[in-house]
Amino acid sequence: MTGWLLGRIGQAMLVVVAMTLIVFMGLHVIGNPADILIGEDLNQQERLAAIARLGLDQPLWQQYITFVEGAARGNLGKSFVYQEDALRLILQKLPATLELAVSALMMAVLVGVPLGLYAGMKPEHIFSKALMAASIAGFSLPAFWVALMLIMVFSVQLGWLPASGRGDTVTVWGIPWSWLTLDGLHHLLMPAFNLALFKISLVMRLTRAGVREVLPQDFVKFARAKGLSPQRVMWAHVMRNTLIPLVTVLGLELGSTIAYAVVTESIFAWPGAGRLILDSINSLDRPVVVAYLMVVVVLFVTINLVVDVLYHLLDPRVRLETTE
Amino acid sequence: MTVFSHEPYLLEVRDLCTGFDTREGELRAVEGVSLTLGRGKVLGIVGESGSGKSVTGFSIMGLIDPPGRITSGQVLFKGLDLTQLPPPALRALRGDRITMIFQDPSGTLNPVLRVDVQMTEAVHAHRKVSKEQARKLASDALSLMGISSPDERLRAYPHQLSGGMRQRVAIAIAMLHGPDLIIADEPTTALDVSIQAQILSEVQKLVHERGTSLIWISHDLSVVAGLADDIAVMYAGRIVEYGPVDDVLDRPQHPYTQGLIGSLPSANRRGQRLRQIPGMAPSFLKMPSGCAFAPRCGRAQATCSEQMPQLAPLCDQPSHSVRCFYPGAAA
Amino acid sequence: MSIKTEQTSKTAPSREHTIWWRVGQDFLASRPASVALGVLALIVLAALLAPWIAIQNPYDLMQIDVLDARLRPGSLSSEGSRTYWLGTDGQGRDLYSAIVYGLRISMAVGIGSAVIAGVIGTLVGLLAAYAGASVDAALMRLVDLLLSFPTILMALMILAWMGKGVGNVVLTLVLIEWSYYARTARGQALVEARRDYVEAARGQGLSSWRIAVGHVLPNCLPPLMVIAALQVARAITLEATLSFLGLGVPITEPSLGLLISNGYQYMLSNEYWISFFPGIALLATIMAINLVGDQLRDVFNPRLQR
Repeated sequence: MTGWLLGRIGQAMLVVVAMTLIVFMGLHVIGNPADILIGEDLNQQERLAAIARLGLDQPLWQQYITFVEGAARGNLGKSFVYQEDALRLILQKLPATLELAVSALMMAVLVGVPLGLYAGMKPEHIFSKALMAASIAGFSLPAFWVALMLIMVFSVQLGWLPASGRGDTVTVWGIPWSWLTLDGLHHLLMPAFNLALFKISLVMRLTRAGVREVLPQDFVKFARAKGLSPQRVMWAHVMRNTLIPLVTVLGLELGSTIAYAVVTESIFAWPGAGRLILDSINSLDRPVVVAYLMVVVVLFVTINLVVDVLYHLLDPRVRLETTE
Repeated sequence: MTVFSHEPYLLEVRDLCTGFDTREGELRAVEGVSLTLGRGKVLGIVGESGSGKSVTGFSIMGLIDPPGRITSGQVLFKGLDLTQLPPPALRALRGDRITMIFQDPSGTLNPVLRVDVQMTEAVHAHRKVSKEQARKLASDALSLMGISSPDERLRAYPHQLSGGMRQRVAIAIAMLHGPDLIIADEPTTALDVSIQAQILSEVQKLVHERGTSLIWISHDLSVVAGLADDIAVMYAGRIVEYGPVDDVLDRPQHPYTQGLIGSLPSANRRGQRLRQIPGMAPSFLKMPSGCAFAPRCGRAQATCSEQMPQLAPLCDQPSHSVRCFYPGAAA
Repeated sequence: MSIKTEQTSKTAPSREHTIWWRVGQDFLASRPASVALGVLALIVLAALLAPWIAIQNPYDLMQIDVLDARLRPGSLSSEGSRTYWLGTDGQGRDLYSAIVYGLRISMAVGIGSAVIAGVIGTLVGLLAAYAGASVDAALMRLVDLLLSFPTILMALMILAWMGKGVGNVVLTLVLIEWSYYARTARGQALVEARRDYVEAARGQGLSSWRIAVGHVLPNCLPPLMVIAALQVARAITLEATLSFLGLGVPITEPSLGLLISNGYQYMLSNEYWISFFPGIALLATIMAINLVGDQLRDVFNPRLQR
């Protein structure tokens, strides 16, 4: 087991290294790195000084080493716009994004799994068919448009929920969280729901497909032949076998949710990392973009790794194969 | 409405019909099947795939799921009509008084749960005992099946056990509460021949020691021959021949039964070609009118394609019935 | 428990006729999918005929009257010659015309990128399947890497580096999509490669290339078609999202996404139609494609065959 784990970690690190290479290539091969990293409103002398300082006059491979060294130490350059350390900026905004993403995912699970279970166990019922139709609508809806419609209905017309911003926060362990206050929850509800919409449909469909695949299997019939109550059959047998593959998908979806938060954050003016990078792209604040990319890649790779490990722990068939 | 009667039979199936609603119409998997089974007796149900034998077994257990259902008939177990029982009562009987063993042991046990969980849940479903007691019962049941170091096996996951071992576990589960009736649906088909023989003898021993009644469903006549007291041969959803095993196998009357016996590889005919019944079993959706076997029958006449023969006892052997217009010894 | 329905002996009808005919039949068996197909046909038609069915060219600044901005649906233009059935946007564009032209862009981008990505991806997939284990492993590693990255992130990255514009959006889409086709094509090719007819073709002395293109490829088409349908939907959504974020089409030639974005600011004054109608058009298109793609997938799925 440890052998496999080490191998897997090694793999993950390889991906991160590959990413640093891609980002580095992007910086130095496409476009002028001096423009990208230094910014355009310095005069000639300052530019030369900055070039020397950033080591842009050194051979490529040496620059790459410097870049990686810097990255490992957490130095990914300074934001042009904010004149602050780019990495710190991103990390400051990250909890807000994570809060949004995790809330969305939780919504997706709490709504999608029970609905999917129902649709899987009673596929012919009219409610199930309606759910399936709704799910197609769910992932056909363009998320940004739904966001606007939500704002239209709940903020403008009904005035129930605020249209933008994060609301009050409570600082726990040095990080501000908004779900701990009522006002914060008010602000969190719409963006999280908007982000969750697509996921709910996905989770529902996946759960349904999983249930439909598990139900006809022999061991379910055998469980019933043993005289087990329907509840026991459902939970101990059907659910467990359905949820194990689902967990892995959900884990991977967390990464994608964090990414798609960009759109939601933009519309709802949610002060997270996604909004930051959008602004940075538009204002050509390249160091922030670089920092964001690196952070996201590391996050991704970590999530993938954790999901993989989780799957190994949960599914005994896979786990025991790796041990033996 | 339950009908209580004081019949001597443990199980009596009367005119059972089970159908499935499909897009192309109703698929009648079991048509008018009647059987009786006494205590401590073994009944073999033989037929090819699609003959309805497994569906009969599931119908008795009440495990037919939509889109299928028992359309008519009665299943009397100790006088109680199972088809009329409310689900909780049926569940109480299932796994306790009537149990089932399935064909493929790799699919029967849930791959993500340990063996002990799958056994103790079967105990807890019918008895209020402590966890330790349940585990002990499970362990004893495994030992009974001749499994050494049962505690190790209990802690294992199904895929860590061999096919034969898994089937033994399944049988142990079936025997847990000392049932009155076990329905075994081709339990040895998926196993090696040597393991097959082992399991057969173990089951036989159990049956004799405990007086458990057994229904053994199989497509393999030779397996059933040594084990059963009575045998029912099924074809296209109906019983075509029924009676004590020696009578049916020594003096088969129905051409299908004769074909089955004739196609068995046997030492006596070494060097000769294996005889096969020509043609294929009909699709349930395209049943021929009249006798279902007529298209493949060597002695079919005009009447055979027009009317369905009834299952009737032979004059000289009333316990032996045949569904044929022209029963008789093989030509 | 298995109920096997035996098949009576069958004659062998012409293969082409039976398969595609049956596909068509199976497809039309689902009413929602058939309706969706009809709607889709209408949309494509509208997009193709846009210059003729629109009442103005919304990209031609000469034809737009800024005095007509933000008019409610059903209003008359200021010179009284036209009715703006769906209202006008912030620049005075007739929304109906803008939507119809916007659908053009969506369709062009969506289908265009799907086709290009499809060709590239399929070729790569076939290459991976036929070129030997190490090439296969390397290519599939790359594909896995690309697929595990969320599309929006990749899109942002590429556009951040290369700048905005429709051409770059198409490029982005192609770079993102090709890996889906590659994986499916390779998987299917590997399955097909084991089939008997490939052995037969090889026995006849056909080269690997000819076998790949002439025999294996046609059999890979069904799953590729399903992927293509769903990819078009994703591409259209992604283009709309990117345009919405200001990273796609230029402001003077708005696609549906940009129209929606433009309408955002007017929502608070209850002028909802500027974002609403383009959104409905987008939704209808994507939903129709998804329904069609879903049904295609069910139709081609061997496990659901009777």
